[in-house]
Amino acid sequence: MSLRELTYAQAIQEALAQAMDADPNVFLMGEDIGVYGGAFQVTGDLVHRYGEDRVMDAPISELGQAGVAVGAALAGCKPVLEFQFSDFATLAMEQIVNQAAKLRFMLGGKVNVPLVMRFPAGSGTGAAAQHSQSLDAWLAHVPGLKVVQPSTPADVKGMLLAAIDDPDPVMVFEHKLLYKMKGEVPEEPYRVPIGKAHVVRKGRDVTVVATSIMVHKSLEAAEALAKEGIDVEVIDLRTLRPIDTATIIESVRKTTRLACVYEGVKTLGIGAEISARIAESEAFDYLDAPILRLGGVESPIPYNPQLEKAAVPQVPGIIEGLRNLVTGRV
Amino acid sequence: MAVEVILPRVDMDMSTGKISKWHVKDGEKVTKGALLFEIETDKAAMEIDSPADGILRNIMVGEGGTAAVGSAVAFIYAEGEAVAASAASAPAAAPTPAPASAPVHAALTPAAAANGNIPRATPLARRLAKQAGLAVNAIQGSGPRGRITAADVRAASDAKPAAPAPKAAPVAAPSNDQVQKLYAPGSYEAIPVDGMRRTIAARLTESKQTVPHFYLSVTCTIDRLKAAREQLNAAAPKGADGKPLWKLSINDFIIKAMGLALQKVPEANVTWAGDTILRHKASDVGVAVAVEGGLFTPVIRSVETKTLGAISVEMKDLAARARARKLGPAEYQGGSAAISNLGMYGIEQFTAIINPPQATILAVGAGVERFVPVGGQPVLATQMICTLSCDHRAVDGAVGAALLQAFRGLIEEPLLMLA
Repeated sequence: MSLRELTYAQAIQEALAQAMDADPNVFLMGEDIGVYGGAFQVTGDLVHRYGEDRVMDAPISELGQAGVAVGAALAGCKPVLEFQFSDFATLAMEQIVNQAAKLRFMLGGKVNVPLVMRFPAGSGTGAAAQHSQSLDAWLAHVPGLKVVQPSTPADVKGMLLAAIDDPDPVMVFEHKLLYKMKGEVPEEPYRVPIGKAHVVRKGRDVTVVATSIMVHKSLEAAEALAKEGIDVEVIDLRTLRPIDTATIIESVRKTTRLACVYEGVKTLGIGAEISARIAESEAFDYLDAPILRLGGVESPIPYNPQLEKAAVPQVPGIIEGLRNLVTGRV
Repeated sequence: MAVEVILPRVDMDMSTGKISKWHVKDGEKVTKGALLFEIETDKAAMEIDSPADGILRNIMVGEGGTAAVGSAVAFIYAEGEAVAASAASAPAAAPTPAPASAPVHAALTPAAAANGNIPRATPLARRLAKQAGLAVNAIQGSGPRGRITAADVRAASDAKPAAPAPKAAPVAAPSNDQVQKLYAPGSYEAIPVDGMRRTIAARLTESKQTVPHFYLSVTCTIDRLKAAREQLNAAAPKGADGKPLWKLSINDFIIKAMGLALQKVPEANVTWAGDTILRHKASDVGVAVAVEGGLFTPVIRSVETKTLGAISVEMKDLAARARARKLGPAEYQGGSAAISNLGMYGIEQFTAIINPPQATILAVGAGVERFVPVGGQPVLATQMICTLSCDHRAVDGAVGAALLQAFRGLIEEPLLMLA
């Protein structure tokens, strides 16, 4: 297995190219993904390598694009739709939720909808309220969809390839601030399984379940807390539907404390679901402290840079929250 | 927890429902799935089934009454479950079904639940407390708002004295070598300690260390006893082999008297078992028998049912087999009391060590002739001092005294053993 350093965005492009190489039914669609190379330069020069029939620029109609994707998937294609911002999922909800998620069930298993939708999500780029949301929990609420949130270049390539392989609709949430993140990525095609969380850092005192960029912030907080003698276990959830509850239970049984760190709005976000699952599981008997959730504030993401930072968990806040939890102050 | 009977939404735009008919009365039994009541709608009467087995009570909405969709209209109690004073207070839990709240209540001690004071404690603390056999609400909590945490439970469990194990931690005895060093070489013979010796050493050390002994003494006048013995032995019929059927000893009378006394004072016929005291129905009396190199205490079972002759024969047999080391464990285990007689060695009085789990042991001394005052005049009498050792955990002073009094009464007037 040969590894080289790629950015998160490059890893995605490599996955898309390898998927298109392997299967002629795979095609891409989105706004400005052709000659422009994509809003975040993910697709880059793919249009020159695979042609306009397979790297399709779409008009500004997310609902229309989603409808085309559903139809194409039903007809045997494997479309990979790129949204410019995850916030625009709202425009495509009818096709995502009422059609893509449900057709397999409503037609008695006679059809599959093997589409993938990719969503640049999250805040920190000064893109303001309508371009900075984390709507992963919205879609994770819908049975019939799979929802993944890879946090590293290696994971995004492997999970995207797994998503394209998957016979069911898969929603892939990519954090905008991660596109430039560098990491070692295997050259050949490989799959990272959907539905499996990853223990990134082993620890003794508290289990942190985090998603996307919050995984990295949690790791930073863990390093700082290690100096205070607090040993933090960090789990990268990776998949929001289905949730790998077993890995979390095993961890909480060991550490007796749980904290969820996520960028989506705290209320009714992924941390709320994880907390409830642990509270109703056998891990309940091993909890020695309340469950802590660190999530986004109950507000649209502000435009002002300081307020934008304050609207989501940051490393100092994570450190303080975990410290209070472990030292029994909450 | 009582199960709520919820008024369901049976129509698309329904916010309230009217109960047109109840099929079960207050206090009647219902089974899950059976028809409970009917809701009147525009289209038809919708039949609503019972959500659980049990007894229907607290019907809050009668026939013709209206309730909001999702509200509770009645409750189903499990058989034997206490009915809440007011229906409103019964469903303390959220609409989630009863089992979800059960684990919390299971962890409560009766005291906490009775006064409604549920201690703040983490789930892990409750689990650890239950494992350690500690009451959660008796533990000091160091968490916020007095919350009891796992660390608090561990601290409480470490501080708790060790569980009442039958053996206390053995006191460190000096080692073999240490003791031998105290004596000039060649001035002693080192005899190896055999199994019986080891057992005696261990059990009696354990007894002295863990059983709170106290001692009661009485002086028994045994002239009438001696006379009775002579009479009975003289009258013993001859058996087929020409030998007398019995040859009673003073000890046989003592055994019988003890057996009867234990029946008269059943509070003394006991064994300490830690959480309970076993009050025995029969008088199983152990009798100490000296054997070479040690002693055995075979037990005569149900002494109160046996004649003196039978006791005598059994005792001789047990003693012979004890000396031959041919006793089975069933023959020397158990029993609730024991007798140790050193009278034949001239010992006037001594205190014996209790054999756990027995609660008493009677130390019998020699019969000694003395002048005792009777009506102001000195009279020669033979007296025997008996000292009863009691386990104060199971037998208090007054109980021990009553036993000893009953015993002496029978010894001093042996005819009473026939009554």
